[in-house]
Amino acid sequence: MAITRDEVLHVARLARLELTDDEIDKFTEQLSAILEAVAKVSELDLSEVEPTAHPLDLVNVWAEDEPRPSLPLDEALANAPDRHGGFFKVPPA
Amino acid sequence: MGVVERGEASGADLHAAYLDAIRERDGELHSYLRTVDEADGAGVPIAFKDLISSKGVETTAGSKILSGYVPVFDSTVAARCREAGLPLLGKTNMDEFAMGSSTENSGFGPTRNPWDPERVPGGSSGGSAAAVAAGLAPWALGSDTGGSVKQPASLCGIVGLRPTYGTVSRYGIVAFASSLDQIGPMTKTVRDNALLYRIVAGRDPCDTTTVDLPEPVEIPEREDLNGVRVGVPRELNEAEGIEPGVKGAVDRTIELCRELGAEVGETSLPRSVEYGLACYYLVAPAEASSNLARYDGARYGLRVDGANVREMYEKTRDAGLGDEPKRRIMLGAYALSAGYYDAYYGQAQRVRTVIAQEHAAAFEQFHVLVSPTSPTVAFKLGEKAENPLAMYLSDVLTIPSNMAGLPGLSIPCGLSDRLPVGFQLIGPQFSENLLFRTGHALERAIGFDFVPGRLQ
Repeated sequence: MAITRDEVLHVARLARLELTDDEIDKFTEQLSAILEAVAKVSELDLSEVEPTAHPLDLVNVWAEDEPRPSLPLDEALANAPDRHGGFFKVPPA
Repeated sequence: MGVVERGEASGADLHAAYLDAIRERDGELHSYLRTVDEADGAGVPIAFKDLISSKGVETTAGSKILSGYVPVFDSTVAARCREAGLPLLGKTNMDEFAMGSSTENSGFGPTRNPWDPERVPGGSSGGSAAAVAAGLAPWALGSDTGGSVKQPASLCGIVGLRPTYGTVSRYGIVAFASSLDQIGPMTKTVRDNALLYRIVAGRDPCDTTTVDLPEPVEIPEREDLNGVRVGVPRELNEAEGIEPGVKGAVDRTIELCRELGAEVGETSLPRSVEYGLACYYLVAPAEASSNLARYDGARYGLRVDGANVREMYEKTRDAGLGDEPKRRIMLGAYALSAGYYDAYYGQAQRVRTVIAQEHAAAFEQFHVLVSPTSPTVAFKLGEKAENPLAMYLSDVLTIPSNMAGLPGLSIPCGLSDRLPVGFQLIGPQFSENLLFRTGHALERAIGFDFVPGRLQ
C-alpha cells in the first residue's frame, strides 16, 4: 500500500473530513492505487528543470487603488446558514 | 442562429420554444439541473454549466454542499452574455466540482448521451454537451480543467473549445484547479463557437490572470488549408487504449487535411503523453484541496450542525461532498504535506515545464497538432464508475496540452459503432483563430450530421 490507513486518517483530519470506517477502508485502497500511478513522475531526473506554477508569464498585475461600491451587508449575508446581526454565526470554537 | 438575425423569431420566442423542448425531452437525458422561465434578452438563448455564477439563479457546481446557493452577483462571462442579449435557458448538469469524465459524479444524478441513453455524455461538462447535441440549447458554456469541454464535446458529437489559459475570465466561476480552469464554448458548428468565444473572451479587471487578446476573433470563412502545417504527434495517436474505430476516423481526417492543402508530418511529444496524466493528478488535486477548503458550512451552502465549529466543518464536508472531491482533496493534501511535497507536487511542477517545452519544440515545425480527443467513443453508464484510475484515463489525450496552457478544439469527425468520434486540434497559445480556420475547413469537408441518429 502506497498510503496507510493512519495516513488517510491524518490527511482527512487536515482536510476537515469526517470519514466513516467504510470510507476509510475504501479510500485507503483507492488512494494507494492512484498514488502508485502518479509516483511515475519520480522516474524523471529533473533537478535542472525549473518548476512551472502557472502557464502564462504574468508578473505583478497592478490596478489603480480606487474605491468602488461593494456588496451591501444583507446581500453578502444572503446565503448564510445562520447570522447574528452583521456577522456569520457558527457554533462555539 | 439565422432566424434571430433575420428577425423571423425573437429571443423570447426561441427561449420559450427551447423550454418546451426541455420539458418534453430532458426527462430521459437530465442535461439540465434547472431552467430559467423568463427570457432576459432578445438574442440567441444559452445554457451555462452549473459552476458559472448567474445572479439570482441557483448555482451548485453539481454538489450537494452548494444546494440552495443563489449568487448575488454575475460571473464576468454571465455578465458578458447578458450584455450581448443572450437569455439564459438554464444551468446544466456536471460532475461535482468539475471532477470527472462522465457526469456520473454529479450530486444530482447522471446525464445521459443523446446518441445512446445507455451511455455517458462525457464530462465534466456533460450536461452542456448533451443539451447542445439533443437540440435542447443552441449553444452553451462549459469549463475545461483536464479535458472537461473537449472530451464531452467529442462523446456527444459537437464542437468544443478549450481556450488559451487567461483569455476568458474566471471571475464568478466555482474554482477547481485555478492554474488550469478555463471556460469554453460548446456549439454545433465551429463558426458558432468563434461567435460565442468572441462574446466571452478578453481581459477582465476582476481576474488578474486574464490578458488582452493579441488579435480580434475572426469568424472563419475559408474552406482550404493551404499553407497550414499539421503535425501528428506519434504518442497522442498511438496511445494504448485508442479504439480502432476512433483511430480510423481520425486517420481519415488527417488524410483530409492533406486533400485540403495542408502539409502533414509526424512529430513527437514523448514525455508529455507518458507523464502528463500523473502530472495532472498531482497538480489539479493539490490546487483543489486548497480551493475546496472554503466549503465549511460557515458562510453559504449546506450546514450540518455540530457541538463545536470543528465538528460542524467536518460533518458538513462529509455530508455535502461526494466521493470524487473527497478523494482529490485528500490526494492533494497528501501531495502538499510535509515530507512529500518535493517528491510529488514539486516534481509535478517540473514535469509541467517539460511538457510546455516539448509542445513549444513541436510548434517550431508545425502550426497545429492533431489527435483523437478521447481514446474511446461514449462508454456505458457504470462501466468506469467504481474504478477512479480507469476513469482518469479518459483524459489522457486532452491533459498534456492543458498542462501547457494551450488552446484545443474538438470537432466531430465521424462515427464509430454509430457513436461520434472527436478530432482534437491543438495550437500555440493565442492561436484560436487558426484553430477555428482549420476546424471550419475540416467541418465543411467532413459534413458531419450532428443530429443523433435516434432523434432524426
